[in-house]
Formats: sequence, C-alpha cells, structure tokens
Amino acid sequence: MTIQNKAKALVEVNNLKKYFPVYQGLIIKRHVKDVKAVDDVSFEIYKGETLGLVGETGCGKTTVGRTILHLYQPTSGQILFDGIDLTLLQENELRQTRNRMQMIFQDPYASLNPRMTVGSIISAPLDVHTSLNKHQKRDRVQELLEIVGLNPDFVNRYPHEFSGGQRQRIGIARALAVSPDLVVCDEPISSLDVSIQAQVVNLLEELQAKLGLTYLFIAHDLSMVRHISDRMVVMYLGKIMELADRNDIYLRPFHPYTKALMSAVPVPDPEMSSRREKIILKGDIPSPMNPPEGCNFNTRCPIAEDMCFQVEPEYRELEPNHFVACHYA
Amino acid sequence: MEPLIKIKNLKTRFHTEDGVVKAVNGVSYKMARGEVLGVVGESGCGKSVHALSIMRLIQIPPGEIESGEIWFDGQELLKLSDKEMRQIRGRDIAMVFQDPMSSLNPVYTVGMQIMEALILHKNMNKKAARERAAELLSMVGIPEANKRLDNYPHQFSGGMRQRAMIAMALSCDPKLLIADEPTTALDVTIQAQIINLVIKLQEEMGMAVMWITHDLGIVAEMVHKINVMYAGFIIERGNVRDIFKKTRHPYTKGLLGSLPRIDEAPGTKLVSIAGLPPDLVNLPTGCPFYARCTYRQDRCRQEQPPLEETENSDHVVACWRWKEI
Repeated sequence: MTIQNKAKALVEVNNLKKYFPVYQGLIIKRHVKDVKAVDDVSFEIYKGETLGLVGETGCGKTTVGRTILHLYQPTSGQILFDGIDLTLLQENELRQTRNRMQMIFQDPYASLNPRMTVGSIISAPLDVHTSLNKHQKRDRVQELLEIVGLNPDFVNRYPHEFSGGQRQRIGIARALAVSPDLVVCDEPISSLDVSIQAQVVNLLEELQAKLGLTYLFIAHDLSMVRHISDRMVVMYLGKIMELADRNDIYLRPFHPYTKALMSAVPVPDPEMSSRREKIILKGDIPSPMNPPEGCNFNTRCPIAEDMCFQVEPEYRELEPNHFVACHYA
Repeated sequence: MEPLIKIKNLKTRFHTEDGVVKAVNGVSYKMARGEVLGVVGESGCGKSVHALSIMRLIQIPPGEIESGEIWFDGQELLKLSDKEMRQIRGRDIAMVFQDPMSSLNPVYTVGMQIMEALILHKNMNKKAARERAAELLSMVGIPEANKRLDNYPHQFSGGMRQRAMIAMALSCDPKLLIADEPTTALDVTIQAQIINLVIKLQEEMGMAVMWITHDLGIVAEMVHKINVMYAGFIIERGNVRDIFKKTRHPYTKGLLGSLPRIDEAPGTKLVSIAGLPPDLVNLPTGCPFYARCTYRQDRCRQEQPPLEETENSDHVVACWRWKEI
C-alpha cells in the first residue's frame, strides 16, 4: 500500500489520556471524578498526509487536537513530534518546536482579534518565532495574503470588514506564517456556507500540494472529511472506534458505530438516498462523565451482547492498517 | 384541489441604519396539502425571512412586508388582525426552530410548554392536556414520557429538546409544519433520528411540511419539491428529481458541485462558486447571481431573468441560458 511506503510518522500518539477533573463542594472543593475526554488513544500521522478525525459532540476530537499541540497537558501517554517527546520538553524548548505546528480554528469571528489589523494578526507568529525586520515581515504578510487568495493591499484592514470565508483565509495565512509542518484544522469550515466551504477546502488542498503540509482535519461533517482525508479516525466518547484508509472506512467499515455514522450521512442524490439502507441508532450519546461499563458504545449498539457490557474491547489491527475496537468486528 | 398555501409576489424588507435590506424580493409559489417542500439556500438568501413572513413573525419595524399576498387555506394571512393570526399560529401553522435551547423557555417545565398550546387552542383542561402532552412526547420517541413532562429543558439533550419542540408543534394537528433548519445544531446520528421521525409523522398525519435548510443532502432524502433561493429570489423550483438530475440554474449546479459526496471517487475536486452573495442593500439590477456566474452574458447584467417553465411545467428556472445548462 502507498501508506506503507511513506510510513514516516510526523506525529506519534501513544496511549494518550486527557482527563479533566470535576470538583464538588462550595468551600472545600473535593475532586470527585474525571471527565475522560480522551481515554487511551494511539495513532500516527504520516508526513504529508491528511488524517481526518470525526466523531459526534463530546467524543474528544478537539481535545486530541489541542493535546497534540500541547495546548493541554496530557494526563498520561506520549506524543512524539518528529521523534521528539513533547511531554519532556522545557517551556522554552517547547516554544521552539511550536512553530512547526499551527492551528486553524472553527470560529473565524472569535479567533481573530477585532482590534488588530489583518497585517498585525498575520505577523503575530512572526514576532514570536522569527527575527525578521519590519520590512521583511510586511513582505511576508503580503506574500501570505496572496497565497490564501486575498488582496495583499488588505493588510491595514480590520477583521470586521471581511466575510466569514475571507476571515477563515486570514486564519489560514496566520497558521502558515511560520511555515509549519503540521496544521491542526479544528472544524475549519463548519461555520461557513456550502459554496464558501468548497472554496476553503480547495484552498487547503492546494496549499498542501504546494507546501507539503501535514493536516489533522477535525470535523463532524463526514462527507467533507472523507473528501479531504487520506485516512480517517472515528472517535466515540474519548476512544477510537476505528481507523482506516478513507475508502475502507466508507466501503468496508467494521465497527457498528462507523456503519451507522456512514449510513446517516445525507447523500445529495434522491435515487441513491431512497436505495440506501439507513441504520438509525437509538438514544443519545452518554455523558463522558459517566461512560458505560465495558464497550462505551454498548448503550446504542445494535449488535451488543453480554460480553460488550462487561469487557472493554481491545483496539486491534484487524487487517493491515485497519484498526477497530469491537468484539464482534 | 385548492392549494394549502398560495404566495403571490411576497416582498419583505428591513429598514436599518445601513439602508433598506431587501430580504425577500417577490416570491410566488403554491404548496399543496400534504406536500413536503424543501427551501434551500445559503445564509441571507431569504429562506427564513420568507417563512417568518408566512407566520407573520416579522418584527415591524424594522421589518416590513412591503407587498404581496399569502393565502393559507382560503384566508389572506396578511389581512388578518393580530388576534385572528394568533388563532392560526400554533394551531394551523406550527414552526420548529433551529436552536432548540433558545426556543424553549428555560424556567418552565417541558410539560407546561406543550400543554400551553393545547389549553389555548384546543380548550382542554389541565388534566386532559397533560395526558395528551405525555402521548405526544412518547409519539416523538421520548421514553418515560410521563416523568419527562416535569423536566426542565436543561435536563434534555439537544436531540430530545428538538423532539420536544416537534411534539409541541404537532400538538394541535397543524395543516402546515415549518421546520427552519431543525437539525443543523445536531449530530449526524441524531439528525438521522429526527428526519426519520418527521417523515414518519408526516405520513401518518398527512400534514404539509416546509423544510428549510442549506443541506441539499437532507432535502434529497425527504422532500417532494424544492425551492432554491438566492438573494431573496426563487431562482429554481421543481420536483426533487428534476432539481438534482436536470439542474437548470448555474447556482443550483454550483451548490451541488461544492458538496462532497460520501461515495465520491478519490481525487474528485470540488467545484466551488467564486465570490460572495450580493449585498442585499444594493442589489444589482440584472440577475442577482451575475457576479458569480460562469454562464454570464451582457444581457444578464442588464435584465433580470423571470421564472420560466422548462420542458416540464413543474420545473421553473430564472436564467436566460437555462437551455444550455
């Protein structure tokens, strides 16, 4: 497989756990339990690929993205970025590694400071990570604006003068300013209109081809993630349910959750959608504060048996490069 | 048969500091009894404003329904007094909104909120209304409905809140249910549950449903007819199959092209529509899609194309060059 050939991992995540403590009590705060946002997750991101990370609300996909960038301290586990264990680095060493990884945020309105000009927003990472002088910075900002398809003369404008799609382009330019290797895209298109989504996704694909970027693309829109990704990870309640090539995960999903998820995606084709069999899951996603015993999908699983309520399924490689966590897969 | 809804040349405006926002610009169509209509378009295309105009929920001022007629079941809604309109709203036309958290009142129990419409429109006493409310909640698939009536909205999950909203909307057997992006805030598996529920209830109760959305995938699954809106105009309208298989408007075509399909082949490139929708304060004189259209000609800049019938009289399109598309 092609994946094997380029099997140089840029990011290696081993048994990553991120728990958020919950305190109770008015005066004396007692640590009562933990929200297990990410619970023992392992995967790799290969150089130059796009790894799609999908899942529903509260599955921990955003937490994974942020923990990889070390915006959250992991509770336990290891994150290797190009062979360097980020958890062992000192603050200033970490800062030097940070310019190799950047993030694009979901909300293009909240992630740009309304009091800063576009020029100063995009040059902010240059101030921190480079020693360019004023003129070099301005040239770099104009170059970046051009790369993302905005007029370079816009440097002195403010974010409110731009539409949602244009703001997302500004966010992309800022992420690219320090020429990172890895870009974590956290729902970069979900607040945009359909026709604008396509513009931004095409831009991300072009930039990847041009600059050799590696993406971790987090979203809940399955068809868009499948479109942009090489491989996909499906998460549910803090755990990985399945990881496979983009085609395998759609055509030959092993996990009942992935099957249901794929069948629930609306297809813009009336003939197809009337032929397709839909798996409608019962009930809601349990709270990550009280995940069920055994397999965490057992409350909604159409094929759950006794064992699923007692034993947690092992996350294993069922076929080469196709991982799944289900007793009956 | 007399259509359930007949809208003629509806124009809705908002007077703001920046000028007059022309949100709906002469929309006309009919909707049959029991029909499921999808209204599709991007933000600011007037799809929600046109529905709020039907419900007469436009705040005046700054809003204004400048002209037009809305005939519902033989009555002209725009000529009714506020009191008469209140009789229709909630009883004959019900609406489900996008955000179930902000459309439920957080300080009343869910039961109270469902019972309110029953007491008001059906003259039920409290006991009968409570029984009916429990029935409705279990009909929309909420387990232990009787207990759940005493819950407050924050004790419900997002999907359950939307189910409660649907129960409330259906409480008085409306003739028309307007669903304004009811699944946008929900996860895919929950969205599939809600769509399934509405389709099932629509078939059982025979009401008409207007489903407003920006997601062409959803409408492909559930509706009979589609209105595609752009900048306050209907630019294409027809049966589902015609819209998807015999697309005649460059904008509809662009929308379909910019959607990735879950079953697409690897390496497929998305066809994006360049540019942005026009400013509704300063609408261009010709075709509203002119600036972004790949089929544009000089004529399109000067004259706005009217809605014309295509080969199929049910399928209308507003484009000078529809024959070539």
